[in-house]
Amino acid sequence: MKTFTYSRAESPEAAVAAGGRFIAGGTNLLDLMKLQIETPEKLVDISRLDLARVERRGDGGLTIGALVPNSDLAADPQVIADYPVLSRALLAGASGQLRNKATTGGNLLQRTRCPYFYDTAMACNKRDPGAGCSAMDGFNRNLAVLGTSAECIATNPSDMAVALRALDATIVTLTSDGDKRRIAIGDFYRLPGDTPHIETVLRPGELITHVELPAPPAGAQGYRKVRDRASYAFALVSVAGVVAVADGKIVSAALAFGGLAPMPWRDAAVEAALVGQVPNDAVFAAAADALLAGAKGHGANDFKIPLARRTLIATLRTLTGAVA
Amino acid sequence: MSDFTMNADHPGLAMDRGVQGVLGAGLDRSEGALKVSGTARYGYEHLVEGEVAYGYLITAPAAKGKVTGIDTDAARALPDVLDIIVDDPRIPRQAAAFGPAHAGNDEIDHWDQVVGVAVATSFEAARAAAKAVRVHVAIEPGHFDTMADIDKASGPPKDSRLQDIAKGDIDAAMAQAAVTIDQVYTTPNHVHAAMEPHASVAIWEGDSLTLHSSLQILKVARPVLAKALGIADDKVRILSPYIGGGFGGKMLGPDAVLAAIAAQKLGRPVKIAMARRQLFHNVYRRTDTNQRIRLAATEDGKLLAVGHDSVVSQGPDGGFMEPVALGSISLYDAPVRHFSHKVVTLDMVMAGAVRAPGEAVGTLALETAMDEMAEALGRDPIDFRKLNEPKVDPMTGAPFSTRGLVACLDRGAEAFGWAKRSAQPGQVREGEWLIGMGVSAAVRINLLVDSEARVTLSPDGRARIETDMTDIGTGSYTILAQIAGEALGLPMERIDVILGDTDLPPGAGSGGSFGAASAGSSVALACEDIVATLAERMGAKAQDMTLKDGHAVAGNRRVPLAELVGDAPLVAMGKISQGSNARTFSQAAHGAQFAEVAVNAVTGEARVRRMLGVFEAGRILNAKLARSQAIGGMIWGIGYALMEEAVLDQRHGQFVNQDLGEYHVPSHADVPPLDVLFLEEIDTHANPIGVKGLGELSISGAGAAVTNAIYNACGVRVRDFPLTLDKILAGLPEM
Repeated sequence: MKTFTYSRAESPEAAVAAGGRFIAGGTNLLDLMKLQIETPEKLVDISRLDLARVERRGDGGLTIGALVPNSDLAADPQVIADYPVLSRALLAGASGQLRNKATTGGNLLQRTRCPYFYDTAMACNKRDPGAGCSAMDGFNRNLAVLGTSAECIATNPSDMAVALRALDATIVTLTSDGDKRRIAIGDFYRLPGDTPHIETVLRPGELITHVELPAPPAGAQGYRKVRDRASYAFALVSVAGVVAVADGKIVSAALAFGGLAPMPWRDAAVEAALVGQVPNDAVFAAAADALLAGAKGHGANDFKIPLARRTLIATLRTLTGAVA
Repeated sequence: MSDFTMNADHPGLAMDRGVQGVLGAGLDRSEGALKVSGTARYGYEHLVEGEVAYGYLITAPAAKGKVTGIDTDAARALPDVLDIIVDDPRIPRQAAAFGPAHAGNDEIDHWDQVVGVAVATSFEAARAAAKAVRVHVAIEPGHFDTMADIDKASGPPKDSRLQDIAKGDIDAAMAQAAVTIDQVYTTPNHVHAAMEPHASVAIWEGDSLTLHSSLQILKVARPVLAKALGIADDKVRILSPYIGGGFGGKMLGPDAVLAAIAAQKLGRPVKIAMARRQLFHNVYRRTDTNQRIRLAATEDGKLLAVGHDSVVSQGPDGGFMEPVALGSISLYDAPVRHFSHKVVTLDMVMAGAVRAPGEAVGTLALETAMDEMAEALGRDPIDFRKLNEPKVDPMTGAPFSTRGLVACLDRGAEAFGWAKRSAQPGQVREGEWLIGMGVSAAVRINLLVDSEARVTLSPDGRARIETDMTDIGTGSYTILAQIAGEALGLPMERIDVILGDTDLPPGAGSGGSFGAASAGSSVALACEDIVATLAERMGAKAQDMTLKDGHAVAGNRRVPLAELVGDAPLVAMGKISQGSNARTFSQAAHGAQFAEVAVNAVTGEARVRRMLGVFEAGRILNAKLARSQAIGGMIWGIGYALMEEAVLDQRHGQFVNQDLGEYHVPSHADVPPLDVLFLEEIDTHANPIGVKGLGELSISGAGAAVTNAIYNACGVRVRDFPLTLDKILAGLPEM
């Protein structure tokens, strides 16, 4: 950990004006600072700002403060009732202690758990642009099979963000100029390309203040996470789904995936393969084909491709009530 | 001095005649309240007089090569830095066996090797300084692949407890037998993963060192530390009253040596805690293993041959060999037997003892193979094991001291509902989940080591037990008090137990599951002398005197102990020494492990639903603590089966998953209800108090019960541990 200055912001406006690195729960940032993967010179503590409420809007949607702890959001009665996919995803993440500390905004910005990113003796383009990627030919069991580049195959580790992607959340920010900005979650994350160190479209000094959910979607919701142990493990594959069936046909489907890609993954082709179809395994298989058409394993993570296929099919069976 | 060598059974202890009723009772651990309230002071938390300085280990990011320079200028320029020590010739190179032959930082022989220590006025400043040191290494190609270097393997080291042994011609037996199994099982590297890191506080007064640390066996640690520092043993005092998990790893680490070096140089106390990532490469590991199991049987299920031949790895300086076949040698009857080990030297941190060396990984292979053989024979796995139960040690012909395997299997089968198991795999399904049951034998060789204790009965009627024995979290404080309480007729609150200090008589220490038997016997023996003196003062024979609630009763007299003690305390030493009973009798603890596991037919995820361990481990000193220990062992077994693996990057020779987020051991959600049953049998041949080792026994076989249940659930047999879902998934049918 390098020496840094610390100040506590009194308002969101003051926070962005302070021009430092924001810290709230610190569940990821502090680890990264201890390893000197992140070396901010100035920490601005936003944890006491008035951004810890979940509120119903007039349009029926929810506005979630960026500082709402993951535990509180998972237990919010409105979330449980109307957005169960989000509650389930949150509870599938991390451990109880971490969820108590981690915030909504911080969760969106957590860094990859690629082991080579955390090992400063190893080359990593995300940590040190241009240095190379140790994971490509190394232990990449947890890493991505979709959306990767020649420079980076890291996965986004969040469960919450996968559910938010399926729910079409909007991220509300305050820019360093004091302007409010609204970013659809589908536009929020960037693929690695040749700049894997840039993970979102946030500008320097921009603060996430809220996350907005649209009015509750129709249909069944579910979150399925496949992992190496029953708790406190990142997703090998996860699926967040919101699927509505009417008159024996799928009328709408929103499916997002974790553990597969550098961002919470969503592919319109998957949903196109489902909507209008009678739910059955052949249709689900076609959706899986659409999802995985461009998938590429790197050895240790090859199994994620069949695992994602099977998990998607099983999730769709559950959400549509189709029998195997 | 009540000195007893185990060349014969002890004729009988005061403890055995005791009526206090504390021995065996499931009492709470006496230091439990301190631990849960955060007031038990562990090594690193020790507050010292004066200003303490903080050290942080400096390591080299290479596995093999020569150090060409260490640039410390940038580190020295950082705020609050006191010193950067990289030029002391005593800096230890490997993870143990310190001393001149293992010192110096010019050669790098394993990844992240310690080359020095940064010292500062705060932990954070020391860490930043260590990070700022540039260690330049001329990197040489390293060897990290055990099986790639099999041609260069050697046999067991001369001083290894286990040498290659064989009876008959196993190749011929395999060629001729009606039914055979010949399979290779592999297990990965493991690290101890104790919650408390290796940590030490070093304080010099003149030429004498006091070390507050977290160490399992002080009488071993002291001479190693003295040798590493180049001072006499009696100039070193070590205190280790509490240990936050050791698992074989806390013998003496570089934290201790470098804290002492730094404190000496700076003239002030220095504390060092190793960072989690440093623990992965600077504490010895459990070797990877490659185990070939050969079983030959007649058609009606009688074993004709048992072979267990292993390849293990070791670091450049290591003398230890993982005794993989240790539990296999005497477990089943068969005329032809073959047990061997090959050791491959790699450019890695040395391999050493981790949680039940030998049996923990050995039973994963042997007991999976036994399950495979039972299936090949069309026999129930329990019946098959019982059919091959030996009457005497099948290797040596020696009688067993006690042997509870069959009783454990039978009792467990009944309690677990084994009769409901489908012999055919893949038959029980609940939705997506396939359900199966598995069984394994558990075995752990029984050890007794020399141990001394002093017991003092004071004029106020209190007893004080003193030994450098440690409590590694298993309950030594409590069980030693129970033994003395039973022998002396004292309630628990009138007994003080002082442990973990090299100024006290040298005890067994904690390791190899020998602590309770060895230290407990020394306390029981010391009590013999005190009871003899009390009897003399009562004018009675010891056998005719009853001690209870702080009073002696003989004839028609009841006298307070305080009165019998008088003005001067009664002080007695007890010493147990190992003897010929270790050879006269084949000594091991046994058990049977049962598991019910659900395997997800979609994802291959395996989740344990319930487990039962039935153990025969001699006398049970404390029912509650014994159960806790057994549960802990079974949980480690779940980890070996399903998730625990230090992943080695073959390109650089480092472990990749260097934190407890990615080095998986079972989380609470992975641990279902665990049941434990003890079939108590006092083993008088093993030691005076009739106890056998329990902790490691409960690890043994637990993993194989889980993996055998996985096979029974879904019909997929995986021989490459751990059984992560990708390996199971590869065997599941298409959806």
